[in-house]
Amino acid sequence: MMRFIPVREAILGSAILILLVLVASRFSGFVAPSNLANVFNDTAPLIILALGQMVVILTRCIDLSVAANLALTGMAAAMINVAMPGLPIPVIIAIAVLMGAFMGAINGVLVWKLSIPPIVVTLGTMTIFRGIIFLISDGKWVNSHEMSAAFTGFPRTVFLGLPVLSWIAIFTVIVFGIMMARTQFGRSIFAVGGNPHAAVYTGINVGKTQFWAFVVAGALAGLTGYLWVARYAVAYVDIAGGFELEVVAACVIGGISIAGGIGSVGGAVLGAIFLGVVKNALPVVNISPFWQLAISGSAILIAVAFNARSGRAKGRIILKSAEATQ
Amino acid sequence: MTTHFAPASPSAVVSMDLITKTFPGVKALDQVKLDLYPGQVTALVGENGAGKSTTVKILTGIYQTDGGTIRIDGDPVTFGSPNDAAKAGITAIHQETVLFDELSVAENIYIGHAPRNRFGLIDTAQMHRNAAKLLADIGAPFSSHTQLRELGIANKHLVAIARALSVDARVVIMDEPTAALSHKEIEELYELVETLKAQGKAILFISHKFDEIFRIADRYTVFRDGGFVGDGLIADITEGDLVTMMVGRSVDQIFPDRDHDVGEEVLKVVGYTHPTEFADINFELKRGEILGFYGLVGAGRSEFMQAFFGITKPSKGLCRVNGDIKVIRSPAEAVDNGIVYVPEDRGKQGAVIGLPIFQNITLPSLGRTSRNGFLQLAEEFKLAREYAERLDLRAASLDQDIGNLSGGNQQKVVIAKWLATQPQVIILDEPTKGIDIGSKAAVHEFMAELAAQGLSVIMVSSEIPEIIGMSDRVIVMRDGLIASELTGDEVTPEILVRHAAGITTPTESVAQ
Repeated sequence: MMRFIPVREAILGSAILILLVLVASRFSGFVAPSNLANVFNDTAPLIILALGQMVVILTRCIDLSVAANLALTGMAAAMINVAMPGLPIPVIIAIAVLMGAFMGAINGVLVWKLSIPPIVVTLGTMTIFRGIIFLISDGKWVNSHEMSAAFTGFPRTVFLGLPVLSWIAIFTVIVFGIMMARTQFGRSIFAVGGNPHAAVYTGINVGKTQFWAFVVAGALAGLTGYLWVARYAVAYVDIAGGFELEVVAACVIGGISIAGGIGSVGGAVLGAIFLGVVKNALPVVNISPFWQLAISGSAILIAVAFNARSGRAKGRIILKSAEATQ
Repeated sequence: MTTHFAPASPSAVVSMDLITKTFPGVKALDQVKLDLYPGQVTALVGENGAGKSTTVKILTGIYQTDGGTIRIDGDPVTFGSPNDAAKAGITAIHQETVLFDELSVAENIYIGHAPRNRFGLIDTAQMHRNAAKLLADIGAPFSSHTQLRELGIANKHLVAIARALSVDARVVIMDEPTAALSHKEIEELYELVETLKAQGKAILFISHKFDEIFRIADRYTVFRDGGFVGDGLIADITEGDLVTMMVGRSVDQIFPDRDHDVGEEVLKVVGYTHPTEFADINFELKRGEILGFYGLVGAGRSEFMQAFFGITKPSKGLCRVNGDIKVIRSPAEAVDNGIVYVPEDRGKQGAVIGLPIFQNITLPSLGRTSRNGFLQLAEEFKLAREYAERLDLRAASLDQDIGNLSGGNQQKVVIAKWLATQPQVIILDEPTKGIDIGSKAAVHEFMAELAAQGLSVIMVSSEIPEIIGMSDRVIVMRDGLIASELTGDEVTPEILVRHAAGITTPTESVAQ
């Protein structure tokens, strides 16, 4: 019997292919390799954030502060670049990741030590982070002409045919694939989400695992913060406003169970790509952005309904005769 | 195997005949029959998986039948929904009572059918008057205004029963009502069952405990593997015959022989104390020994074990493992010191759904199966296979989802998980609670085998036969303190019950 998670990924993959075929039948240029690469590059931030969110959701939490975290680290990175234009990009990236991780750690500590429900914690920090951006920037924008060429150029640098932004997403996917499948931390995340009581008796510290999940999600949000601001060459209070919901949507469409414990890296990536394709394809074939919202929403409901069906327990095998045929 | 049929009686309130229920690919019930009579208790007997729960769900309208007839007072009926069953006067009191903690007793009793005043609003005064009368009828020692959350589990059962009576139930289904009750509470429940009988209710009583069945049931019906085996009057059958009907073979209820010698001290516990739950717990445990912990529910046994295992924090106390003084502050440290704890509620605290079987088994042993921080899947598989084979785990593949395994096999996975850590001390909290006789014998066999291999076992159990049959030594706890430590001939049912209940003079009514 095949495990049902790959089946689910196959179905989501097929849905993406069907969508591409439908769009290609109206506008064949959409499926040209160069355009698909553009779509992927455009979806890269969503993929990175969805992986962080996946880890958090797997541990039975949720992080609504990722977009605000992204905006704050992005603003900080931009302001540092303006103040010290000579600072090398790797240093800026390191600062952004650490800052993001620190903000994730704040969420994590509140969930772990004070046992505040994650949705409340991150709703609070989301608002606080946005407020801090306003305080440090006075509500002003940092525009492209103030940023150094190296700062804005890095994510767009083409390397082996793809921009660095795409490569970072690919690299993150690989690291997460290994982390979830082959490290104790990855296994603990599934255990904590799948059955927290059992995890305790196994010697896994549930709160601590959730804390590290938030740190990971925060670090990725920080990384994306720099990439986002550099790519769009602008930083202001409201960048990526509401993006946290798109990130959660990507996870849900990708089959990450909102109740925790079930999900996969492949699922999160495909969920993000599905949303990315919808967002890029519909304008091309002259479908209004409102339809785009409706399609994304329907995809969420279909995905959840599908997961609820496949997750439903089967009847028990009680008759000996029935057992033999299994 | 002879099949017993009770003489057909036209007076049955509920009569299920040739009932069949099929789930996709599975026949859960195959042409079973069950009759319930007014003023009588019918015990539904069967091993886990015999189809008892399915029957209850059909009777209460949660499942619909695929074949057969249900008759109420001789008239065929169909229950399309739980509401239909409730209207027909059938009500169930579940293993875990389904009530609302934040509401008052009266609101719990009348939720869904509260008396209305002439404006169609809930008539609170009338509701409390009715509730108070129902509570007085069953001798409940609390008021209808009490918040449910303030009540203990036995009193919650009383509320559930009052609720059953409030809908004018004619049939009351009790699904393992004594599973979580202490000895005294069980006695009170028996009295209540007598009251219900006297009021002419037909009672369907589901229990794994034979002393209970012979104590309060008038009739029995036996199911096995989803099929009907027989029914009749309790007065006409012996305990042994009933067991034979239930398992389809004669089970000798003798516990495994254990005549090996115990070794040197492995664990010594000194002065464990908690501000509110237990105090001054001292004992030692030797290699290859099975130490029983007996007590009434709520005596502080599990609370001590959880603190000892590092889940909760005791205020005082230390332990010596193999002669070295250790402070255990977390479950991880306990596991590192070779101490593992198999908790009571294995369904909730055992298996991690979402991880395949082999990953469930290796979960506490990941340190041993990883190299340079990376898990070695091949090593994990090897370790998992070794213990799965030792426990005779039946699964198509170790890569399979654990959710697809039967309950018994899931339990084996949980035990394999702990054995894979190569522990010295294993704490088993109510190891056979709620499982059928065949599986119980297997668990006991296995426990004896572990002890013979030099593992020290702490067995927390509320079942007297198990305590007597399995333990080398017994510690009895009462009200958070160690009441006594018993060995050899001192371990009798009477002494256990007296020490656990704090009775100083011998009484004539002790547990059978």
